[in-house]
Amino acid sequence: MARRIEVTDGPWRRVSPKQVGVEMVGGIVMTLLTALAAAVAFLLDIPMLGAVLSGVSLLSLVMVLFVPRRVRAYGYQLRDDDLLFRRGLLLQRFVSVPYGRMQLIDINRGPLARALHLSELKFVTAAAATGVTIPGLPEEEAERLRDSLVQLAESRRVGL
Amino acid sequence: MSPSGDSRGPLADGEWHRLHPATPLLRGGIALVAILGGLIANFRDRFVEFAVGVQEDDPLDVLIGRGLLLPGLLIAIGVVGLGILGFYLSWRFHQFRVTDEVVEVRSGILFRTQRQARLDRIQGVNLVRPLLPRLIGAARLEVSVAGQDAGVRLAYLRSAQADGLRRDVLTLASGAKRQTAPAASADQAGGVVAQRIGELLAPELDPADAEVRSVVRIPPLRLIGSILLSETTVILVLVLAIGGPWIVLSDSWYALFGILPALLGMGSLVFNRFTRSLRYTIAGTPNGVRIGYGLLSTSNQTVPPGRIHAVSVKQPLLWRPAGWWQITMNLASGSANQNGAGTPATTVLPVGNRADVERVLALVLPTLSGPDAEGVLRAGLEGTGGADGFINAPERARWLRPFSWRRTGFTLTGSALLLRSGRVWRSLVIVPQARLQSVALLQGPVRRALGLATLHAHTVSGPVSTRLDVVDADLAISLFADVSAAAVTSGAADTTHRWNASPDQVPA
Repeated sequence: MARRIEVTDGPWRRVSPKQVGVEMVGGIVMTLLTALAAAVAFLLDIPMLGAVLSGVSLLSLVMVLFVPRRVRAYGYQLRDDDLLFRRGLLLQRFVSVPYGRMQLIDINRGPLARALHLSELKFVTAAAATGVTIPGLPEEEAERLRDSLVQLAESRRVGL
Repeated sequence: MSPSGDSRGPLADGEWHRLHPATPLLRGGIALVAILGGLIANFRDRFVEFAVGVQEDDPLDVLIGRGLLLPGLLIAIGVVGLGILGFYLSWRFHQFRVTDEVVEVRSGILFRTQRQARLDRIQGVNLVRPLLPRLIGAARLEVSVAGQDAGVRLAYLRSAQADGLRRDVLTLASGAKRQTAPAASADQAGGVVAQRIGELLAPELDPADAEVRSVVRIPPLRLIGSILLSETTVILVLVLAIGGPWIVLSDSWYALFGILPALLGMGSLVFNRFTRSLRYTIAGTPNGVRIGYGLLSTSNQTVPPGRIHAVSVKQPLLWRPAGWWQITMNLASGSANQNGAGTPATTVLPVGNRADVERVLALVLPTLSGPDAEGVLRAGLEGTGGADGFINAPERARWLRPFSWRRTGFTLTGSALLLRSGRVWRSLVIVPQARLQSVALLQGPVRRALGLATLHAHTVSGPVSTRLDVVDADLAISLFADVSAAAVTSGAADTTHRWNASPDQVPA
């Protein structure tokens, strides 16, 4: 009965494996911070808060263990008329954005990603729910991708 | 620029124009004067006593007695004069123009602002008449474009001019060749008073669209019934029925301080809904659907074709015996503040029966007509599941939708995606494919275990949720492919940004 959704439509382009490092560090920092807060809570004799915080800490540790697989789950395809994006292991999400609907494309770099020469590409359409962000792209690839997508969006411009 | 056979009104000739001379007063000036007057009346005695040290004397007597009448008068006149000058300048510097491409407003004396709305990006034109401006024959024209609080407001214009300008803006935006005859002047014999009364009573002040008739009429009784049977009223009654006795029995009158404001808020909500919907009209015009609201303050919005991003037809449980439905829509011209009559209303039909629903849907979604559309609509609204044209969720979806799984389904027509859901609160959502921004396919652990998935058709934000919550996983994958392909082809074939342009006019 259980079925995993899979859009089989050509090869997926994956993000840089270095993105694992970015997300890993973030997760570890989160784990340590919550663990520290839990310890302080226990020391101050607030066991309820301490328990909750240690739970959160444990959860983020588990998340850290899954980071490599989660990063491998990011993928995108430049199809003829739209951009297909996927992410997520437990919560899977596939999004198709027609090129003509893209209103603007952002390139973002966090401090950690910058150190590893990675960029994040964010697509904005008129719908707030679209929420397509491709992380972990090598800088020059991100810029190339943005330029070609802007060009595609321009040539297929449609109304709202 | 404009050809000789041009029928455009005097305000849409591409030159800069000024607003109604009473504009500063209407935009807060009256409130200022009233507040100042009230303050002065209240504090005069105290102020005089404090400043002059004389009691029970008229300030004028005091001034005369001290020989200060002239300076006092001069100061008073100076203050008033400055105020008038400020108002006058702000009016003089507030100008607008309507060219072939844009509607443009510039304003401000020291800090100048300039705002443009591109005509081919217009999402709606709203003609609003709040009570006070309405009494002196003024109206506000709002040209909304996509985006939060984006758009141009022309506040205020003379009523008759505002009508003409709305027609001109819409005609220009539609891309149609201008050939209609100039509208007859609304000025008639009978004097200013008669004209004013005529304007006040007329729901539609547009002489050129005199033949426009509302396709739906809401009897006041139905309106009252629909409000009485709404969830708000039920909550109100419950609060009163439980809270009232409790307060009396437990002698805890302080609770009134908590309940009363909530009750007042709910009451005013209900009252506003009532007065707003009391003179509801909806009609099709060549330039889109025109929806009118309001009894004392009226608002009249025109939504050109192809500006409606999603439509939902809903039936709350309590409305089912009466067979009433409500229609709402998603517009790109969302406004952050939803209070006041000026904001674009997202309610297309506050309450109506099946026939009303069909007529309104034919207006707002003209592409959804045809011989089989009626059957699809009937199935979508009243169907209970099975093979009725909709593809429904499998039985294992009952874990997530115990009542409505039979009815939770979709169908794709040539132009729209229809999503049906809800057994208790029935709802049908129609998304024109040409308006789809993107499509998402989602699956979490629960749905994965059940072999289900969720499809989310992304449109601009609004009251209509365009999600298909449960659908068979394999079907969802093919539906995802179909919808994303349809979004591309429909979007590319769409020409509604210039809705009346003849094919040779459409720019490449």
